Amino acid sequence: MFYREAGDFKTSYRDDGQTFPIALDRWGYYAIVAVAALVVPFVINDYWASAILLPFLIYAIASIGLNILVGYAGQVSLGTGGFMAVGAYSVYKLMTAFPEISIIAHILLAGGMTALVGMAFGLPSLRIKGFYLAVATLAAQFFLVWLFNKVPWFYNNSASGQINAPERTVLGWAVTGPAATPAAKYLVCLAFVVFAAWIARNLTRGMFGRKWMAIRDMDIAAEIIGVNPLTAKLSAFGVSSFFVGIAGALLFAVYLGAAEVTEAFGINKSFLVLFMVIIGGLGSIFGSFAGAAFLVVLPVFLKNLLVGTFGWPTDLAAHFELMIVGALIIFFLIVEPHGLARLWRLVKEKLRLWPFPH
Amino acid sequence: MDQLLYASEVFINGLMTGVMYSLVALGFVLIYKASGVFNYAQGVMALFAALTLVGIMNGQVPFAHLINAMFGTHLDKFGWTVPAVLAIVLTAGVMVLLAILIEKLVLKHLVGQEPIILFMATIGLAYFLEGLGDVMWGADIKTLDVGLPQGISDTVEQLTDSWFGYGFFIDRLDIWATIIAALLVTALVAFAQYTKQGRAMRAVADDHQAALSVGISLQFIWIMVWSIAGFVALVAGIMWGTKSGVQFSLSLIALKALPVLMLGGFTSIPGAIVGGLIIGVGEKMFEFWIGPMVGGATENWFAYVLALIFLVFRPQGLFGERIIERV
Amino acid sequence: MLDAAENQTTADGRQIGPVVMDLKNITLRFGGVEAIKNISFDIREGEIRAIIGPNGAGKSSMLNVISGFYVPQEGEVWFKGYRRGPMRPYQVARLGIARTFQNIALFDGMSVLDNIMTGRLNKMKAGFLSQALWWGRAEAEEIANRAQVEKIIDFLEIQNIRKTPVGRLPYGLKKRVELARALAAEPQILLLDEPMAGMNVEEKEDMSRFILDVNDEFGTTTVLIEHDMGVVMDLSDRVVVMDYGRKIGDGTPDEVRNNQEVIDAYLGVAHD
Repeated sequence: MFYREAGDFKTSYRDDGQTFPIALDRWGYYAIVAVAALVVPFVINDYWASAILLPFLIYAIASIGLNILVGYAGQVSLGTGGFMAVGAYSVYKLMTAFPEISIIAHILLAGGMTALVGMAFGLPSLRIKGFYLAVATLAAQFFLVWLFNKVPWFYNNSASGQINAPERTVLGWAVTGPAATPAAKYLVCLAFVVFAAWIARNLTRGMFGRKWMAIRDMDIAAEIIGVNPLTAKLSAFGVSSFFVGIAGALLFAVYLGAAEVTEAFGINKSFLVLFMVIIGGLGSIFGSFAGAAFLVVLPVFLKNLLVGTFGWPTDLAAHFELMIVGALIIFFLIVEPHGLARLWRLVKEKLRLWPFPH
Repeated sequence: MDQLLYASEVFINGLMTGVMYSLVALGFVLIYKASGVFNYAQGVMALFAALTLVGIMNGQVPFAHLINAMFGTHLDKFGWTVPAVLAIVLTAGVMVLLAILIEKLVLKHLVGQEPIILFMATIGLAYFLEGLGDVMWGADIKTLDVGLPQGISDTVEQLTDSWFGYGFFIDRLDIWATIIAALLVTALVAFAQYTKQGRAMRAVADDHQAALSVGISLQFIWIMVWSIAGFVALVAGIMWGTKSGVQFSLSLIALKALPVLMLGGFTSIPGAIVGGLIIGVGEKMFEFWIGPMVGGATENWFAYVLALIFLVFRPQGLFGERIIERV
Repeated sequence: MLDAAENQTTADGRQIGPVVMDLKNITLRFGGVEAIKNISFDIREGEIRAIIGPNGAGKSSMLNVISGFYVPQEGEVWFKGYRRGPMRPYQVARLGIARTFQNIALFDGMSVLDNIMTGRLNKMKAGFLSQALWWGRAEAEEIANRAQVEKIIDFLEIQNIRKTPVGRLPYGLKKRVELARALAAEPQILLLDEPMAGMNVEEKEDMSRFILDVNDEFGTTTVLIEHDMGVVMDLSDRVVVMDYGRKIGDGTPDEVRNNQEVIDAYLGVAHD
């Protein structure tokens, strides 16, 4: 009743193909962006930024990236952690080598660098499929982590083997380094999230998206009707890695400030982002946000509940979290393979008729 | 000459590691053949089995940590110890129970799903089991001693010294592990080839529906296969647990078995064996010759890169059947 | 003997054009099995060419050779006067050869509209950046091609399902959507692999009508595999008959109907 699409007629193909065809969705979206950009920065504090908002935004970018590869193009990758590391180390090298250039450019270039690496590791996808490919992407994960660990050039020969983000500013505001305020960090991440979501949406509603989905749904038929598997698969790897690289760069430079590759970009990162995509919904941009939000909030919630309220030891709570995350993955795969995004759509369909049964 | 002897020592060690890889890989192949599930949780199952075994042997109270946290009690141990053989039998029972639960709670609901969905479900299973093992038995590193001989084998060292003037350092545990693994591999192959259940298992692997139509119970086969995989995990867990303690890193042997499978083909038992040997020897030799030049620790990725390069040229693996695509 | 370059008149008085595709001495093997043995035939512009034969005769393999999915070990494929070199299937599609599949090969996760739009992918040339920013060429092309697709949707009478995910459609409609996707490519040659398999009489009539309409209205050259003899004889201008990978007949429906070897193959005379 309150959520309605009746009477919302489209008179041009342009209107019909837009991102939010239903007026209510469109206004809701504008409202969320407005609140996120104009209200949140003034009320944000350190706890909210570092516990929830920054990781949410950064993982949302990574999930959008991985969702393009797994959800849209159907190529499962377990190398996300390694690709995030490429983004992080690229931005570190760029930041320290060219301090006079804007950090925004560095982050974008780090994404570009990751896209190249991603495409290189995507090449085997032309020959191998399914979980052969999934396992093959683990090669990227292990090799890249090893590389950043063993070659001192990547961490500027620092004694600890760590990389540390120096202070860089955008329009006079520090966004990296210890002096950066939560609001500044938040706004940088927000800008990249909006950018990523917008690009991803444009690509997935157009011919690129259709080629990816065609390859996902039936690769042989796709090739016979004219999809070049080489460009379709490599573009999916490229675009996906671009976003994953940006997420890695932001995670290191803006969020963590310092990173050690095995700890920050290990195989668990690969699984975490994959879980976000599964729980959120394969092949849905909204799902990437939902999945990221869910898996960022869940540990915070569990920790508050188990440690804060019940007084359990931290390690026990952490093990419990593993069980819950694992069980949830299985639950979602069994009950709702399309994830939270699908549940949201069902809720909307109910709302459309509410309070009338038919 | 010395170089050659070093190399052969490395080679033999690689071969023995390889047998262990084969054993873990075989657990994967069996499950994959019978249920089409690529079981990422195989390594965590080994960890879980080893944790359970240690827990039973030491008379630990399961979930003590959790119960203490919830009710403020101070439970720890029952105060008895269980002999290794009995504990192994009990642990095998736990693994069978686990197989039944997995079938009932997970697999049954995912019949007919795409393989990649099943694969992701087993990643979830791996997380769950890892958490469960820790909650049940605690996450501290435990030593496991079921009475297998350990230490450098004097016999081998003296023999080789008298032959080549250079004593090979080979761990007795490795020798035993190799023998046990080789026996188990043989037994499993014989089971799959010559018993009624083995035939039924292969029938299910070939075609679920056809197998159902001749009266094979899918449910039974799956529970059986997962139990076998649990048993293989137990054996692998004992070997690796004795060698380097029962801890999280034990579950990473699964990650070593994955490239073995890619090399050997997911459905081939000989492939798992030969692939395991190639990877075991390959990574040790690579680390021996190339490792020092690039900073070492190449074992982390060598197997994967080898498998990757190999697959680009032969996508069906070493023994896999050539796929003819149809539309 | 027919002259390749000239128009011909078929038995029922329809005009068919010069040869567009000429298959010469095609042999295709899988390991030791010869699926196609030294077959030659041609396809003329604007005709409906049927390939018939018992199960396992090699009809689908023949279609796969034409669409580039299988590469024959021997023989030549000539298209519009040029010999076609070894090509990947997507390159063949770019030449203007579109097809449907025996076991429907639609993209189940996509809507009907998106499925049909994929048929137009060779008509859309917007670059990556334009698509990523949804600016300029990308948007204009999307709208122009959508208009084309809507025409086909109207033509095949599937307006009411255009936003439905293909996975949810019944079999008959899926077949129709697949035809729509192939038509969206505005093909030079349209290959139909058993377009009426598994359909009831009414659905068959609908589909036959669509095939004839397509041929009449757009003049699309059509190659068709079909088991229903009534349909084949009614629809097609010329028929190739295959059996055990060999060609045993080629001609108008009437000629084929009276060919002794064809009758034997269909009535099951023992091979010796």
